[in-house]
Amino acid sequence: MEIFKQTNYDFIGKKWPFIILSLILTAAGLVSLWVKGGPKYGIDFTGGAFMDVNFIKRPSAEAIRAALRQKISGEIEVQEISGTQEVFIQTGARDDKALQIARGDMIDTLKTAFNPSDSAQKLDLNLSGQAAIADRLRDPLTQAGAGLAEDQLQTLSKAITAFRDTSSAHSGLILSLDDLSSVPSVTPKILNVIKQECLAGNFAIRSAETVGPKIGADLRQQAVNVVLIALGAMLVYIAFRFEWIYGVAAVIAVFHDTIITIGLFSLFNKQIDLTVIAALLTLVGYSMNDTIVTFDRIRENLKLQVRGSFTSIVNLSINQTLSRTVLTSGLTFLTAVSLLLFGGQVLNGFSFALVIGIMIGTYSSIFVASPILIFWHNLADGRGQQGRGPAPAGRSSVSDKGVKAAKPVKTAK
Amino acid sequence: MKTNLRYKFIFIAAVILVCLYGIIGLPKSKDELIANWHNNIRLGLDLRGGTYLVIQVQQQDAFNAQASSTADSLKEAARKANVPIGEVNVDEAKDLPSARNVAIVVKGVPSTMAGNFRSLVNEQFNEWLLTPQSPTDYRLTMKPTSALALWKNTLELSKNTIDKKINALGLSEATVQQRREDADSELLVQMPGVDDPARVKQIIQTAGVLELYEVKGGPFASREEALAQNGGVLPIGTKLIGQPPSGQPGAKGGGVYLVARTPVVRGTDIRDSKAETGQMPGSWSTGFVLSQDAARRFADFTGSHIGTPLAIVLDGKVLQAPSIKNQISDQGVIEGQPSQEEAQDLALNLKAGSLPASVKYEQENTVGPSLGADSIRQGFIAGIAGVLAVIVVMLVYYKKSGINATLALVLNAIILVACLSYFDAVLTLPGIAGIILTIGMAVDSNVLIFERIREELRAGKAVIPAVDSGFAKAFLTIIDTHITTVVSCAILFLFGSGPVKGFAVTLVIGLVANVFTAIFVSKAIFDWELSRPKPVAELSI
Repeated sequence: MEIFKQTNYDFIGKKWPFIILSLILTAAGLVSLWVKGGPKYGIDFTGGAFMDVNFIKRPSAEAIRAALRQKISGEIEVQEISGTQEVFIQTGARDDKALQIARGDMIDTLKTAFNPSDSAQKLDLNLSGQAAIADRLRDPLTQAGAGLAEDQLQTLSKAITAFRDTSSAHSGLILSLDDLSSVPSVTPKILNVIKQECLAGNFAIRSAETVGPKIGADLRQQAVNVVLIALGAMLVYIAFRFEWIYGVAAVIAVFHDTIITIGLFSLFNKQIDLTVIAALLTLVGYSMNDTIVTFDRIRENLKLQVRGSFTSIVNLSINQTLSRTVLTSGLTFLTAVSLLLFGGQVLNGFSFALVIGIMIGTYSSIFVASPILIFWHNLADGRGQQGRGPAPAGRSSVSDKGVKAAKPVKTAK
Repeated sequence: MKTNLRYKFIFIAAVILVCLYGIIGLPKSKDELIANWHNNIRLGLDLRGGTYLVIQVQQQDAFNAQASSTADSLKEAARKANVPIGEVNVDEAKDLPSARNVAIVVKGVPSTMAGNFRSLVNEQFNEWLLTPQSPTDYRLTMKPTSALALWKNTLELSKNTIDKKINALGLSEATVQQRREDADSELLVQMPGVDDPARVKQIIQTAGVLELYEVKGGPFASREEALAQNGGVLPIGTKLIGQPPSGQPGAKGGGVYLVARTPVVRGTDIRDSKAETGQMPGSWSTGFVLSQDAARRFADFTGSHIGTPLAIVLDGKVLQAPSIKNQISDQGVIEGQPSQEEAQDLALNLKAGSLPASVKYEQENTVGPSLGADSIRQGFIAGIAGVLAVIVVMLVYYKKSGINATLALVLNAIILVACLSYFDAVLTLPGIAGIILTIGMAVDSNVLIFERIREELRAGKAVIPAVDSGFAKAFLTIIDTHITTVVSCAILFLFGSGPVKGFAVTLVIGLVANVFTAIFVSKAIFDWELSRPKPVAELSI
């Protein structure tokens, strides 16, 4: 099966609508960034506290916010995760001391607001680790005449947490203590002791993170530096393998992709955190890959002294690699979409960036990087010298088109 | 089959075997296979659940302590050398960035004694740099080399102490390391399987400095009262210690005591410590054992001081001050711990010793086990869905040659996972993303090659030369694209941290595996197909 057989589309001739589209996307992103005062960073970069809470039955975001408001000052963001009973709770950067207690505060407040009132005396199985459960049950089991040896006790608490974390209907939650009767090591006698000492609260903490403002700023600076250094290194490598203008064109194209992606994140009100940075770096690599394939073909065609103007050689090269471009992009796009669909909440930002970036990265090789090459070439060539003739071979000859070629080449008129 | 080609296949088979061995070892049963898999493929905290902490060591504490002890010895040395000095103060460093600027300010050195003072400092305090401020006043700052040594030493000591404390908690898999080369006061503590770090944080922060002092007076309700009772001036060789009783019900100890300036037993004298059941049923206490040297000293002291109260001081707080009943040599006990857990924690802290500087928690991240399990499942489903989609498209688009590409793809995945196992790399969520991206790049290499072969066929070449020149031409492009990505991964690895680093590692391994599978393996399969006795006139591509 073949979709593109020796195509001859005039991509370069139709570049303007696409360049204008690029400019509009860039401008929209920049305006959004400007209006919102910069990208919306995750707490990795700003400092603050984050908590992923899974409820048996989720209260409204407003109720959660109101409950937390009593204890925690400053911005509180509560985001409901569609299709689940989860919420993401996030508080903004505060001073170090407040952050140290933020996590305990948040859990305590949620407990008071959403758990049964007798929860203070009992151990919440949905919020406790294996060791805490074993400690709590050790003495009461003995008193109830169901005392266990230490290793049996550990096995029991391990079985309870394993039941909660892997095999329950809600991952990480025990819905009712009666459900524990299906755990092999829980006998009716033990279950009674568990019921007397413990309860199954209405929520579990899936993950929690606190980041100090200093380390946040540090990470942000580091991320920006990493991207810039990586771009610089790639520019040098391409300049070394091709010519410096190829490096510049590729880096501008990649920069264009990054700006548009960041702009779209701002437009869609999505957060930029460390995983998104990883995705942006992937895009940089991907878009670069795509651009190099095209450039590689241009270099090859120049060496082969294909007839035609520089513009037509670029156009020919794009057409020759079109089949590969579409297929590769399509397949990579498929993997990114599968990540977005099945990868879950944690990877959502990552896959969103990839899906957008692959589209933009593909078209930027054709409509951004290549026109820059042609523009520079025409500029260096001087006005009106759109002469026909084979382009010269050799690395140093693209920009001056044989007029001052290192190796003299016969010009065929 | 040509000999050359045979060697190639032997090599490929060897690579596959080595990789499979790296992933599953030599299992004899299904259970063993699964166990080996779990041992070899190590999951990161984000996938298996656990906590990591970023701890900032407050270096200024160590610098201030160093300066104040130097100030004390300077006074002493000056007295011995008969160099009169007015006052010696420490200009303390307020925060971490200014730690190195800590200074000792010496005032009132008679200008006639300037030479003596100078040589005293140069001879006995050569870690410090003396700058005159006026004819009689001086400022001592730490020499850069000494400051660097102290800085490194503080970090190393903090790291080891925290490591000891965490290991004593039974978290054998936990690790403590410097967070980054350039973050020279930050430690990263990783604790797999810990989903409630509150206790760990408490233990790390508790200094656990135990000292035993001879009591000279007290207890007093406050420092002021203690001073008043002694006529406003403390007797020579004594100091006040402890805090006013807090008045809270159940609060341990409290009260201000007048004690001998030097403790009988210091924190460093403790050799071992453990929780014990107390004398009262249900009560707990913490016992400790002294080192040989300290035991001798302690025996002498207790033998000659029967009846004298002895203050047990923990982290500057007087816990108890019982009277010495008889001679004690190497064992002691701290009674009245509220629970077994607290008795154990205290024992642990006494054993691990104190941190040279206080710590601040910069970052704390906990992933619960259920989230980790979900992430693995989702990542796995996404990966399988992606790979299946790619394989289907390749088979439809490139027909039989698509099988070639699929084999290369599968082999790529096997090599990647095996390398992760051999390098002891940890598989994280961004790592899974890196694997999925590697699949994309692997597909690209195959597509590049196949498109080239098609072009060559269209240009009228016979099958074998078309395949050869397709591979040869695509090779350059593949090398260029891969090296560019490797360059950017190298930058990510060098300058990135955490998730970014994990991503870079998997991607680089994947890229290298990809060059091998797409160029070497795939070519070998083509060659084998084309070298069969019946010459192939048409290629299924």
